[in-house]
Amino acid sequence: MSNLINVTINNIPLQVEEGKTILEAAKMLNIHIPVLCHHKDLCVAGNCRICVVEVEKDPYLVAACAIPVREGMNILTNTKKIRDARKHILELLLTEHNINCIKCCKSSSCELQNLALEYRLDEELFINLLQDIPVDDSSPAIIKDDTKCIRCTRCVRTCDELQGVNALAMSQKGRHTKMSTYLEKPLADVVCTNCGQCINRCPTGALTEKSYVEQVWEAIYDPSKFVVVQTAPAVRFAVGELFHVRPGARVTGRMVASLRAMGFDAVLDTDFTADLTIIEEGTELLTRLKKALVDRDKSVALPMFSSCSPGWIKFIEHQYPELLPNLSTCKSPQQMFGALAKTFYAKKREIDPANMVSVSIMPCTAKKFEANRPEMRDSGYKDVDYVLTTREFASMIHHSGIDVLTLKNEEFDNIMGASTGAAVIFGATGGVMEAALRTAYQIVTGKDVPFEGINITPIRGFQGVKQASLVIEGTLPEWKFLEGVELKVAVAHGLKNAHKLIQGLKSGEIEAHFVEIMACPGGCIGGGGQPIPTNIDIRTARMEGTYKADSKMLLRKSHENPEVQALYEEFLGKPNGHLSHELLHTYYTERFKY
Amino acid sequence: MTNCEEFISQLANKYGRKRESLLAIIHEVINQYYYLSEESMTAIARELNMPAAEVYGTATFYTFFDTKPQGKYVIRVCQTIVCDMKRKEDIVDAIYELLRIKPGETTSDGKFSLYYTNCLGMCHEGPAMLINDEQYAKLTPESVKDILVNYMKK
Repeated sequence: MSNLINVTINNIPLQVEEGKTILEAAKMLNIHIPVLCHHKDLCVAGNCRICVVEVEKDPYLVAACAIPVREGMNILTNTKKIRDARKHILELLLTEHNINCIKCCKSSSCELQNLALEYRLDEELFINLLQDIPVDDSSPAIIKDDTKCIRCTRCVRTCDELQGVNALAMSQKGRHTKMSTYLEKPLADVVCTNCGQCINRCPTGALTEKSYVEQVWEAIYDPSKFVVVQTAPAVRFAVGELFHVRPGARVTGRMVASLRAMGFDAVLDTDFTADLTIIEEGTELLTRLKKALVDRDKSVALPMFSSCSPGWIKFIEHQYPELLPNLSTCKSPQQMFGALAKTFYAKKREIDPANMVSVSIMPCTAKKFEANRPEMRDSGYKDVDYVLTTREFASMIHHSGIDVLTLKNEEFDNIMGASTGAAVIFGATGGVMEAALRTAYQIVTGKDVPFEGINITPIRGFQGVKQASLVIEGTLPEWKFLEGVELKVAVAHGLKNAHKLIQGLKSGEIEAHFVEIMACPGGCIGGGGQPIPTNIDIRTARMEGTYKADSKMLLRKSHENPEVQALYEEFLGKPNGHLSHELLHTYYTERFKY
Repeated sequence: MTNCEEFISQLANKYGRKRESLLAIIHEVINQYYYLSEESMTAIARELNMPAAEVYGTATFYTFFDTKPQGKYVIRVCQTIVCDMKRKEDIVDAIYELLRIKPGETTSDGKFSLYYTNCLGMCHEGPAMLINDEQYAKLTPESVKDILVNYMKK
């Protein structure tokens, strides 16, 4: 227990742990101090100054986010001096801001706009310094508009501290300071992974996702098009937040109902292909292990890395191209879905795939890039036409005039709509691993994984790099070579932790047969396409919702999914078979590191 | 390896491959090539195992580290208030008469570039300018031309 310090805030006495900032102390009393550069997930920057407060005997205002409490500190958070200072800071920020709020997609979730309204800025004190800087819309996922940037550096800190990607850095100085890519190159031409974590933390509209909402409405309105939609596992635990439902609440039924009401012709589930991914990826892992252990094939790359997260895929293509053979060749659930929608599903429903439009709703911005990869056309068409984020989906609900909270729960359509608890947990870090182990262990031994309630708790939670191992016992005859083998797995979330895990593997500190990596902190529940704000408290709530939903499912292992079983019987043949390889597997491309 | 990459690799050997070696290496690259090319910044990032965006960000923080091609001799005329009152514009005009370049431009032979700079700390002897690391003070349009003619002969 650290020392307690006595302070007063607005004359209210308070005991605070040593090392806490004024901002944190004020929060304990539910006193709100505005912030712009501060973010719970990131280190202190103290550059925007909007959080200034008065400290008795201190001649200057101090930044509450950066200054730790001291014994006997008397802090005031609401005085004329503070209010005037904050107004001036806001005025100065607005002198160079592209005040285009009615047309800005961040409007209403913009922290700068909210503060400007709160402080009732009604007169312009300073000259207009707005610069004419072209918008960078080179990336299929992220739009960077410097005319809306307030230089708080949240994006730079996100890209460095959470992701270890450093596609963005601060360049120039003084009033010329800006958030730059290397040599001001377009975002599409740098090491950016399109994870969108910067978008999620940007307090203004300087970083936003590239929207495909209009194209999707066009398709829905076009009677000649059959529009299929899939929804990712993590969306249903977060989209409610944009309709004032608590974080982590599962709104699957109303989500499905709203999609149907909007006019999508088929409402299907990415959870279905999540289960399918487990069968394909699990089989691939067992095949690799067999080649390595039985055939002594030295060319087999182990550990095998998961390949569900497109941010992670682009990251490894840039940063560790030498490890590309270790990546599972399985496409992500989104792309497996896309390839099957225009082949298997189209055939079953007797629809011409040329008239199909395939839409996905994802917690992710990197999925927009993934869908645009040239190799993702195995159905003979673009497998996934448009990717929308959770936020874009919510905006479509608003457009449609549906009162989503009064809708009755509905079920997904069949053929590609069924799922198990194993797919549900895909959205949380460690979920893919847990789902894979549940299935692989059963394939090999015919029994459940030896964890209570098949909950593999060592790989759950928010620890950056997680490890677990289990001894395989009681193998079936054809898997005898795995008898007594200690299967080791490792999990990382957030690309900074991916760096750590890979360094650990390279140094031998970490041993693993199978590694799951998700680009975003917390996994997809904390994805760059999720509602703003997203922070550790909100991620925790979404994760709890996820595991709770899994525990309530009747089927909790991917191979038990009846529609997946039917898919193999009617169409694919066997896991990792010829047609699987054609439609469900892919290859990777080495990219530049600098 | 290109000459530039080889050069930077040797600099990394000399100064060490830590972040704090960055400025020392940039200084030497500027001395050699007059500016930081994409090739050199990429090579520095690789040698020091740091993000290229950060090398660029650091370089652009400093006015004297150019990231675009520069003349062999970079003329920087002080634009701050005292030199301005002492008619720094006459100096800039004299340079234009002789070299036909305005601030921000480089001569077609790649020998001279002209920029304004902030205070050189020589207010008592203004107007002042720098040519690379050499200082020149108490300038007149005539003295500037004499100085430049000497550089043109080099």
